[in-house]
Amino acid sequence: MAEVVLQNVYKRYGKVVAVKDFNLHIQDKEFMVFVGPSGCGKSTTLRMIAGLEEISDGTLRIGERVVNDVPPKDRDIAMVFQNYALYPHMNVYENMAFGLRLRKTPKAEIDKRVRDAARILQIEHLLARKPKELSGGQRQRVALGRAIVREPKVFLMDEPLSNLDAKLRVEMRSQISQLHRRLATTVIYVTHDQVEAMTMGSRIVVMRDGIIQQVDTPLNLYDYPRTKFVAGFIGSPSMNFLTATVKNGQFAIGDSLIAADGTLAESLRAYEGKQVWMGIRPEHVGVHGLSMESRGGDVMRGQIVDVEPLGAQTDLIVDVGGQVLTAKVEGHARFKAGDAVDLVVARDRLHAFDYQTEDALGRRGVAADTAAISADD
Amino acid sequence: MTTLPTTTAPSAARPRRLDFTRALLYLGLLVATLFFLLPVYLLVVTALKDPSVISLDTTWQLPPAWHWSSFADAWAKVSGGLRNSLELTLLATAISAVMGSLNGYVLSKYSFRGANLLFALMLFGMFIPYQSVLIPLFQFVKSIGLYGTIWGLVLTHVVYGLPITTLIFRNYYGEVPDALVEAARIDGAGFWGIYSRIIFPLSVPGFVVVIIWQFTQAWNEFLFGVTLTNPASQPITVALAQLAGGQAVSWNLPMAGAILTAIPTLLVYVLLGRYFVRGLLAGSVKG
Repeated sequence: MAEVVLQNVYKRYGKVVAVKDFNLHIQDKEFMVFVGPSGCGKSTTLRMIAGLEEISDGTLRIGERVVNDVPPKDRDIAMVFQNYALYPHMNVYENMAFGLRLRKTPKAEIDKRVRDAARILQIEHLLARKPKELSGGQRQRVALGRAIVREPKVFLMDEPLSNLDAKLRVEMRSQISQLHRRLATTVIYVTHDQVEAMTMGSRIVVMRDGIIQQVDTPLNLYDYPRTKFVAGFIGSPSMNFLTATVKNGQFAIGDSLIAADGTLAESLRAYEGKQVWMGIRPEHVGVHGLSMESRGGDVMRGQIVDVEPLGAQTDLIVDVGGQVLTAKVEGHARFKAGDAVDLVVARDRLHAFDYQTEDALGRRGVAADTAAISADD
Repeated sequence: MTTLPTTTAPSAARPRRLDFTRALLYLGLLVATLFFLLPVYLLVVTALKDPSVISLDTTWQLPPAWHWSSFADAWAKVSGGLRNSLELTLLATAISAVMGSLNGYVLSKYSFRGANLLFALMLFGMFIPYQSVLIPLFQFVKSIGLYGTIWGLVLTHVVYGLPITTLIFRNYYGEVPDALVEAARIDGAGFWGIYSRIIFPLSVPGFVVVIIWQFTQAWNEFLFGVTLTNPASQPITVALAQLAGGQAVSWNLPMAGAILTAIPTLLVYVLLGRYFVRGLLAGSVKG
C-alpha cells in the first residue's frame, strides 16, 4: 500500500543532466508505465526509485517516508530486471527465498510464500532447477516470483519483457497485468515499447531527453497528445506529420485545403498565414470511396509509393505534393505502387502542432483534468 | 590416423588430401613432443644412475643398474626445503587469491572515484623486476623482524602476486552482470553478504586460474627465497641449488631432487588443469 511521489527530482552525471525536474505522483495500486526512446532517462528514474542510483536533487517519497537516503533494501520495493538477474548458482527455490532468508524470515513462512508465488506463476515443478536449465519465459517468471515473495509496497520492473520473443512477450504482458490486479500493489514499469505501455499502464509517463513530455491514461495519450513527440511515439504506425500553411483557418497542403473542427479550428486562426505541423494518424486517413466519408473529411490527391499488405489491414504509403504519409486501409487492398489516389482525412481526428515549439494546438486542454485514474477502474 | 573423421570436409572430393595434411601435422607434433621431453629423459635417466657411472660420454644411455637410492638420499637433503616451500606456497597462494578476489570485486562492482587509476598503479607492480627491489626489500623485511622466516617470503609473494590476481579477478567479475549485485542489494545483502553469497560462489573458475598461477610462481621462485631466508627456512629451490654446489657433484642427487620438487606443481596442473582452460574461457559462456 504505497504511493510514490517524486518532487523536482534531478539526476546529473557531471555536467550531463539525465533526468530533469521530474515531478510525478504515483497513486497507490497504480500501474504506472515509463516509456520513451533509449536514453530518455526512464530507467535512470526507476533506478533512483529503487535506490540503485543516487538522487542528485529533489525528494522521493514512498508511502509516508522520504527515502532519498534510505538504502534499497529498506525501501520496501522489489525489482525485476531486464536480464532477469537470477543467481546462477542457486536453484529456483533458493533464488526466490534469498531475500527472505537475509531478512531472517522464519523457515515455515519462507516456504509458504515461495510455494504460493510458485503456484500463482505456475513454476511449482521448476523449484529445484538452476536458472540455466530454464527457458527465457520461465526465468522471467522466477524473477517475478522473487519479487512477489517479498510482498513489497512497490514493484519496479525494468523492461522485463524485452529479452523474450514476440509471442511470449504478448503472453507475459497479460500475465503481468493479471498479476497486478491480483496483488493490488503499486507497479512502476519501464519499457521502450509503446504497445506494452498502452496495453498495461493505468497511466503512462512519456519521457524524452530526461524530461517528462506527458503523463496520462493510454487513450488520452492517443487522443490528446500534448506534443508532436508524444503524438509520434504513441500509436503504430506513427502519426503522419505534414507541413501545412494556415489559410482561412484551414490547413493548406499543396492544392488541398483541409478544414479542422471545434477548438482546433479556433486555435488555428491565431496561426493564419503561418506554417504548422498537421498531424493525422494512418488509421484516420482513408481512401475516397472506401471509407471515412461519414467522418466528413476533406480530400487530398496523392500517388501511392508503396503498398504494405498486413492481412487484416493494408498500409498505403502515399506521396502528397512531395510529402509522404501513411494510410491504413481495412483488409486487403487492390492498390499498387504508382496508382493515383484520393485520400480522405477524418476531420475530428486532426491534430496541429506549433512549427517551432512542437506543442499541440487546440485540444491540449481537454486531457488535463482526466489524468488521475487509479488502477481499480 | 587417416581414418580420423575430419570436421571440415563433408564433401567427399578431397578427404585424402586433408588426411595427408593431418598426418603431417601429427608427425610434426610428435617430433616437437619428443624434443621437449629430452630434458625430462635426461633427468630421469641420470637420477637412476649410480654416481660412479655418470659421465658425459654415457649421458644418453640407460643406466646399467637402476639406482633407486638416489631418491632417498635426495629426500634426506631436500625434505626440509620441501616442507618450507609447501607451507609458504600454500599460504602465499591462499592469501593473494583471497585478497585479489576482494580487490577484483571492489574494482569491478564498486567503481569509485580514482578506481581506474588505482588499478593501473597496481598493475605497474607486475612490471617491477625482482632485482630492482631486492635490496630495499631485504632491508624492509629485516626491519619488521621477518628476515630468516618463511613469513617474510610469504609477505613478499603475496604483495608481488596481488597485481596479477587482482587483474584476473577484476576481469572475471567484469563478466558477472552488475544486475546480480543490484538484485542482491535490493534483496537485502550488504557488501560482505554480496561477496560471500553471490560473488564468491561464482568465482571457482577464477580461483582455479589464480591458484595455479600463484602456486607455480611461488613454488618456482628462487631469488627472494635465497635472499630472505636462512638455512632453516629456505625453500626447495634454494635447497635444490645447494645439492648441485661444491666441487664433485653427484649428479644423480640434484636430478632426483628436481623430480621430487616438480611433483607438487605437476599435481596442481593435473588436478586443476582442466578448470584452467575453462576458467580462461569463462567469459565466453554465460553462467
